Amino acid sequence: MSSTLLRTVPALRGALRASGAPKAAGAMASTSFVRGKATLPDLSYDYGALEPHISGKIMELHHTKHHQTYVNGLNSALQTIAEAESKGDYTKAATVAPLLNFHGGGHINHSLFWENLAPASREGGGEPDGALKKAIDTDFGSFDTFRKQMNTALAGIQGSGWAWLVKDKSAGTLGLVTRANQDPVSGPYVPLMGIDAWEHAYYLQYENRKAEYFDAIWNVVNWKTVASRFEKS
Amino acid sequence: MVNIGTLWQYLAVQAPLHSSMSGDALNLTKMGLTAYTLPALPYAYDALEPHISAQIMELHHSKHHQAYVANLNKALESHVAAVAASDVASQIALQQTIKFNGGGHINHSLFWKNLAPAGSEETSLEAAKGLVGAIEKTWGGFDEFKKAFSAALLGLQGSGWGWLVKEGGNGAGLRIVTTKDQDPVVGGDETIFGVDMWEHAYYLQYLNGKAAYVENIWNVINWKTAEERFQGKSEEKTEL
Repeated sequence: MSSTLLRTVPALRGALRASGAPKAAGAMASTSFVRGKATLPDLSYDYGALEPHISGKIMELHHTKHHQTYVNGLNSALQTIAEAESKGDYTKAATVAPLLNFHGGGHINHSLFWENLAPASREGGGEPDGALKKAIDTDFGSFDTFRKQMNTALAGIQGSGWAWLVKDKSAGTLGLVTRANQDPVSGPYVPLMGIDAWEHAYYLQYENRKAEYFDAIWNVVNWKTVASRFEKS
Repeated sequence: MVNIGTLWQYLAVQAPLHSSMSGDALNLTKMGLTAYTLPALPYAYDALEPHISAQIMELHHSKHHQAYVANLNKALESHVAAVAASDVASQIALQQTIKFNGGGHINHSLFWKNLAPAGSEETSLEAAKGLVGAIEKTWGGFDEFKKAFSAALLGLQGSGWGWLVKEGGNGAGLRIVTTKDQDPVVGGDETIFGVDMWEHAYYLQYLNGKAAYVENIWNVINWKTAEERFQGKSEEKTEL
């Protein structure tokens, strides 16, 4: 199960490092099974680099505490599953599925999120160009319409969750989807750009005024990353 | 005047609202129906400090709860209009909005009343002799219950609530349940008390340290209200 998850998610794969150390391999030798361990990826910008749109304090907590908790939860779920598998205890393995989805999804989603953001002084903000712009114009009418629809989708999330610009691999079109909690984007959809609508993503700065956060975040969207995901999709 | 009992029943059975409206007066009060209002807190915003900060309480009550009330009224108005117009598709489309905002109104209304300032008579376990006895019988001890309830709260994935409920029907046993987002406890079970696990309930003070929030919330549980609800003496369900 873990290897399937790792294979299908490039961003997660990038964030993974083989535990590598002979010691770790040795410790697992009895099960003849060497696991990769998910690790917290580094951000490519400083915690304060997205200010004033996202505060340094939010970024630091979000990355070092929230994302780290998902990484730990994912590793713990994978370990429980591996142990259950080695004992042939598939009931036990199946009961861990919700934790794998939640923490694995949390790790995948945040890894994608950090990469599709950038400081406004660097790649962040503006509008997409080239093939991505063309596709957005075709499928949403205009960039402005797309942005409005994305903000409406974000505002409509009841509880914690995410909104994503996705490419539908079967239809070949762009679309918007929302996901509850940390459910990752899957099925025919390739995630191109995600916005975190959990309260921990904005509350310290914007409190209950989440519409202001949804407006501000467009100043730090990294369209270069989104375009590159689009080209690979 | 808020009749929360009607809303409860409405959410439980999704019965269409009775209305003899002509179709042009899209206002609940004008139609002789209840417009829900934000209930006043039975204590000051800073009364739960240091366990819940005044800033959290003020935002939580005056902004978050207020938004649920406003959006509930709006959705109910649209629903009444859809019933009057025999537009069943619109009625169905509104159900989730009514559930979310109606649930938000019910949940927060229950929550404020099952909290009280730490150290007050209401927060003493002495105020809930019957309930505590039933809890000890069910979980084998009060600490065991506290542990199980706290674990349920911390196990929530995303936004939601943890509740102690008394089951409806013949059993009347106690049970810990969690509900996601703003789903309310409906369908006959009696809520004894609830704890809000949305991040807006603790984040400004506790940040990602939700275990500390869960630990501290026990200091401000209103056991007097909990006992009244347990004994079925609470009038909240018919009149709030």
